[in-house]
Amino acid sequence: MSINSNLDQLYRQVIMDHYKNPRNKGSLGEEAVTVDMNNPTCGDRIHLTLQVEEGIITDAKFDGEGCSISMSSASMMTQAVKGKTVEEAMKLSEIFSDMMIGKDYDDSIDLEDIEALSGVSKFPARIKCATLSWKAMEKGVQQQNTGMEE
Amino acid sequence: MNPTILSNFPILNQEVNGHPLVYLDSGATSQKPTAVIEAIKAYYEQDNSNVHRGVHTLGNRATEGYEGARDKVRGFINASSTKEIIFMRGTTTAINTVAASYGEANVEEGDEIVITYMEHHSNIIPWQQLAKRKKAVLNYIELEEDGTLSLENVRKAITEKTKIVSVMHVSNVLGVLNPIKEIAQIAHEHGAVMVVDGAQAAPHLKVDVQDLDADFYAFSGHKMCGPTGIGVLYGKQRHLEVMEPVEFGGEMIDFVGLQESTWKELPWKFEGGTPIIAGAIGLAAAIDYLESIGLDKIEQHEHELAAYAMEKMSEIEGMTIYGPTDPSKRAGIITFNLSDVHPHDVATVLDMQGIAVRAGHHCAQPLMKWLNVSATARASFYLYNTKEDVDRLVAGLQKAKEYFNDVY
Repeated sequence: MSINSNLDQLYRQVIMDHYKNPRNKGSLGEEAVTVDMNNPTCGDRIHLTLQVEEGIITDAKFDGEGCSISMSSASMMTQAVKGKTVEEAMKLSEIFSDMMIGKDYDDSIDLEDIEALSGVSKFPARIKCATLSWKAMEKGVQQQNTGMEE
Repeated sequence: MNPTILSNFPILNQEVNGHPLVYLDSGATSQKPTAVIEAIKAYYEQDNSNVHRGVHTLGNRATEGYEGARDKVRGFINASSTKEIIFMRGTTTAINTVAASYGEANVEEGDEIVITYMEHHSNIIPWQQLAKRKKAVLNYIELEEDGTLSLENVRKAITEKTKIVSVMHVSNVLGVLNPIKEIAQIAHEHGAVMVVDGAQAAPHLKVDVQDLDADFYAFSGHKMCGPTGIGVLYGKQRHLEVMEPVEFGGEMIDFVGLQESTWKELPWKFEGGTPIIAGAIGLAAAIDYLESIGLDKIEQHEHELAAYAMEKMSEIEGMTIYGPTDPSKRAGIITFNLSDVHPHDVATVLDMQGIAVRAGHHCAQPLMKWLNVSATARASFYLYNTKEDVDRLVAGLQKAKEYFNDVY
């Protein structure tokens, strides 16, 4: 396979679009659940804020610095969890995690843009980039559940 | 450089992602020549035994191999005695040992420890921790605009309160060669000791600890064609004699009573437990290998490659190279960023072309902050790299640019 077609597995058009035009960029107010996470081995970092009302993630915004994979994944994640219940978001995160490690994943849910990240599983060195924002989301939801904010 | 060098490194003769491998990550770890691999194999196949214990033949051979390696290291850095050569796991352990032993005994509340903004985390955190324990102050020497150290700034940072000055010999990010000899002189004028992180220097240039007048000098085997898990702490005998060991147990003891014990003499009092025997033997083979080529030739070769790479890479539009632009001020390390393409993405595109570079913060977060970037890409050269490797890198970077411009 040529270099381009190999790279295309990783860098799909939709990923580059999210990287260049991130959705939900920014930070919610002080009321929101806030999670700061970084990937100490490479320096990527994310600041995630979630608005959770009666078990529903009503809003999500992110800020941060990182490669195209980490930032586009954060953009897609915020888009995907907005309007979902906490359970649905956690389920989505589980599916995403399965997809990243190359496991068969539950395809009964339409992943929409997230599907584009499936190629990352072929690039083991980049899986942590893709999962950073999802880990942050899970942590935020857990914080919210226990009523403990950092 | 002698073209047969490439054939000394079996790992380089392979394809990665369908392309011949170009290994440009020797700053992280170097590849190993056949001579080193064979020496380790021969030790395990013929001589494996514990050192300093058995009176049997294998025990003698292992001890001779291990202590012979120590003498080899002594010659390699021109220490005056094998008592000054302590085998350690690597540079990190060596610096931690100095902080935990010399630092613990000599730094008091209000004293100052001086390092620089360019240090690797392993030459920052042990001092941070020591400063916290002792309520001492950790001061940083400012860098010049191009990332080099000026003696003027060194003089500003070192005071009569300074007890320890610890500086890297060659920067793992900027590639700059620091004026250790001059810094050591300033440190000594103020009664401080000079600690040197030599991880990026010992593999690449002739180190003479006596000429540098370093009190302590630390380096790792795996960055100089040797195995991982072995490194060296050099210390002036008069310091080591009075320092307390950090690890206690087997091997390092002299007499053990129920309540009190005494330590072996130097260098063994710092080598608790069964040492890294095969590692030391592998390191000795690595030193033989490097010396058979000549450290001066290796340094010269890397200078040429870095100068060539700087010239070719600068021609790429949107390329930022960090550190001094004068190639004579730097070793074979080039850290860069390519316009809008994140360094991880650059590294992945290069990897798809069989080219291995490092991307990230290179364990130098304060320096990244100083450079005002979150991450960079780094190409680091060694004796087995060629101009063709540089050409492949440059073509690979062009490819990365084209690819990202196209898909944007």
